[in-house]
Parts: sequence; C-alpha cells; structure tokens
Amino acid sequence: MNRLKQTCVWPVTGMLMLGAITLATEPVRAADGDAARIARGKYLVTTSACNDCHTPWHVGPAGPEPDMSRMLSGHPQSMVIAQPAKLPPGPWALAGAPTNTAWSGAWGVSFTANLTPDPETGLGKWTQATFMQAIRTGRHMGRGRQILPPMPFAMYRNFTDEDLGAIYAYLRSIPPIKNRVPEPLPPGATTVAAEK
Amino acid sequence: MSSWVQYLIAAAALAWGLRVQADPLPVHLRDTGLSDPRKLSFSPQYPLWSDGARKRRWIYLPPGTAIDASRPDAWEFPAGTRLWKEFSLGGPVETRFIERLPDSTWRYATYIWNEEGTDATLAPPDGIAALPTRDGYSIPSEPDCRACHESAAVPVLGFSALQLSSDRDPLAPHADARSEIDLDGLLARGLIRNLPPGATRPRIEGSSTVERAALGYLHGNCGHCHNDTEARVPVDLTLAESVVDGSASSDRVLRSLLKVRSRFLERVSSRNPQRQMPPLGTRLVDVAALALIERWIAEKSSTPEESKP
Repeated sequence: MNRLKQTCVWPVTGMLMLGAITLATEPVRAADGDAARIARGKYLVTTSACNDCHTPWHVGPAGPEPDMSRMLSGHPQSMVIAQPAKLPPGPWALAGAPTNTAWSGAWGVSFTANLTPDPETGLGKWTQATFMQAIRTGRHMGRGRQILPPMPFAMYRNFTDEDLGAIYAYLRSIPPIKNRVPEPLPPGATTVAAEK
Repeated sequence: MSSWVQYLIAAAALAWGLRVQADPLPVHLRDTGLSDPRKLSFSPQYPLWSDGARKRRWIYLPPGTAIDASRPDAWEFPAGTRLWKEFSLGGPVETRFIERLPDSTWRYATYIWNEEGTDATLAPPDGIAALPTRDGYSIPSEPDCRACHESAAVPVLGFSALQLSSDRDPLAPHADARSEIDLDGLLARGLIRNLPPGATRPRIEGSSTVERAALGYLHGNCGHCHNDTEARVPVDLTLAESVVDGSASSDRVLRSLLKVRSRFLERVSSRNPQRQMPPLGTRLVDVAALALIERWIAEKSSTPEESKP
C-alpha cells in the first residue's frame, strides 16, 4: 500500500513542482524574449539604413551626421517645404533636403515618417499587423496611399515576419517624439503645402 | 510532455495540413464554380463606388452549410464559401473572386475578361496598373485586395445584415432597387443561423432620410477600414455602422466624422493619388455621393469641429 502511495504521489508531486517552476520562470523568459526581440530589431534598424532618412541630419563637430536627439522622428515639422525642387539641366532626377528627410522628384515631394511611438504623430497607434502590412504592401498604414521614393520598401518587404516583428518591437521601445510630418506634395503643388 | 506525444501531435498536424491544402487558383473564371446553379445573386444596399462600373455579385455556400450570424456585424462564413463580383463598362471587364479555404483563411483573385466577353483569365497577383485595352482601367493586386477586405471584422464586405436588410434605403447612391436574395430570403432558406432577433431588419436610424443615406454610404465605402475592430486603420475615425443593438449606431459615426469634416471633405473630393479617399479602386470622384454628404453635413453644421492639428 505504502509503495503504491509512493508510486502515485511522487510523479504527481514532481509534475506539480515542475509546473510551479515553469510558471515561476515564465515571466522571466518572456522578458528575456522581449529583450532579445528588441535587440534584434535595433540591430536591423541600425544596419538597414533607417536612421539615414528617418533621423534628421545636422552638421555636428565631425561633419554631417544624424541628430540622434531626434532619432527616427522623421522630417522636422519646423522645416516647411512648399513646393518641389527645380532641378538643374542635366541627368538629375532627385533633390534632397539637408536633413535627408525630404525628397523631391517626379512624384512630388516625399517626407520621411515619424517612426517613434508618439501616439499622435508617430507609430503609437499602429499595431504590429499595420506595420507589417505597410512594409509588405508599400502602402501607408498598409492600405492607404502608395509609400513614395526613396523608401526602399521593395527591399524591406523581403524581411521575414520575425524580423519585421523585431523591428516593430524596437520602434515601440524608443523614446516618443512629437513631430507631425507633413503629407507628401504632388508634382508642382504649392497650395497643399501652404495648408500645412 | 514526452517526445513521442509531441511527434504524434506534429504528425497529425502535418497530415491535417496536407489534407486541407487548397488547389491552385483556376486559370479560367469558368472553373471557379461560377456556373453552379446553386449560387445566389445579391446586391448590397450601400454599394462601393467603382467609378460608375455596373456590378453583379454572387455567393455560393456549400450544400448543408449556413452562415453563423451570432455576431451580427461579423458573420462567420463556412469553409468553401465563394463570392464573385463582376465589373462591367459596356461589357464585362473583370470579375473578382473570394474563397474561404478549408483552413479558414481567405484567398483573393481577379479574372480579366477578353474584349469579346467570352472568357476571363486569372490576373497576375501583382495586378495591372493600367489595362491597355480599357483606357487605363486598373486591376488590383492581391495585397490590395487584402488591404481593404482584411481591415474589417470579416473579409466579406457587401454581404452582411445591414447590407442585405429587407428594410432597404431608397436614397442610397448607386444601389439596385432590390437584392435578388436579401436577409429575409436567407433566413427563410435557413442559410443564416443564430442571428439575434433584434437584427433581422436592421436600418440606420438617421435623424433624416438624408442622414440615413449618407451614413449608409460611409459604411459601405469607408467602414471597412475606418471601424473599431483590431484590424482597422490606425486613425481616430469610425465610419462603420453596427447592428448589434438592432439598429445601426449612427450617433457614434456622426460624432467621429463631424470632428474632422473639413479634412474629410477635402480627401473625398480629391483624386490626387497621395491624398484621395478611398485610396484604392477609384479614379473618379463620386459626385452624387459627395453632394449627399455635403447636404447632410450642412444639416449638421451646428456641431463644432475640432481644430486642425
């Protein structure tokens, strides 16, 4: 009888203990997982040239560089651009603002988006699904207007779901910056810009 | 869990996955089941504006199945459901096709008609920006299909309690006078199950006939992205109606829209591709609907508008 009790009790006790250990370590593992995902996202963002256009450039002590106090906050709303650039004669197709955040070409003028998690002017209200749809479809918010040049979404759409999720997780972790990026300007437009 | 149990589960899942894998999309529209006499023709009371194209729509439900309408704003369609929408400009141009697969996912395709209107073949998944024989008519890409259809509570947009209500809106722009099969007909045939009693004849309770039609138009043309589901576009604007309480919730829609009415009117009046609303599927402003909405907004002009950010 005692042996029977031992036979039944020990496995049950063991399973309960294993369950308790599993439950106790689950939040730690989840936190580790989030940290690893964010680290992976940071690696991808900083090696895939996101700061080159989504962080405004300024002239620092060593020359032009991204202004990391405005990291990934997009085209500065204080820099008002009212019309597309007039290109000089020659084989020129593209003009850029000194901040590297506004681009003029055949499509009009495009402004790089605020990728920080600010809820009103950045990606704060975007879900991971929205972010992934935007990159996959090349459409603003995944279903709006076309995302314009020079954003290389045709290359970025080849990221795996895991990598896009990691990039999203990292972008959620950075400091929010309130900066309302203007809407793009159509070719030759001036009136729309004046509204903004 | 011991490893052999895990292997067993994995093997069963693999077998199930193989079993439910769908056939590739047919190359010809005629092979999608469109000629099946059991398909039903329908017409939503608040149709999507498609630059004046004439549209015909059909649904096929597998025999013995029914739609679960226990969530009246998000009907659950059985696996094997198929829908078609034919677009005509004089003759047929394209027919769009949606199918629910055995694994519950949806797939989307477009078939392009030849000039003689005798055959329609599968379009490339990237769509066609401008059909040379149709004055630049554009065929949507598969991701563009998903962009609109998968932003709503359920990907079937024009076949719902409100859209098929037998209490049809006589002022709805571009609507057919009646639907060959409507909500009453579906209930009578046993093709709808679990629809709450309060949602059997839904209608938008506007304060005027103009308001009812305007809110219905917004529901049919904007509500699939601008709604309050998890899949919505991340903008504070709800233009989808709900029939959960037996009547559509126009007050909520009204409050949401009137706060941004200037920007809204500017966007729906534009066909600049970078600013227009809707962003997909239209190159011409819907003049009749715009007049209706402007008339309704003028009725409501006493409601204060939020300052522009």
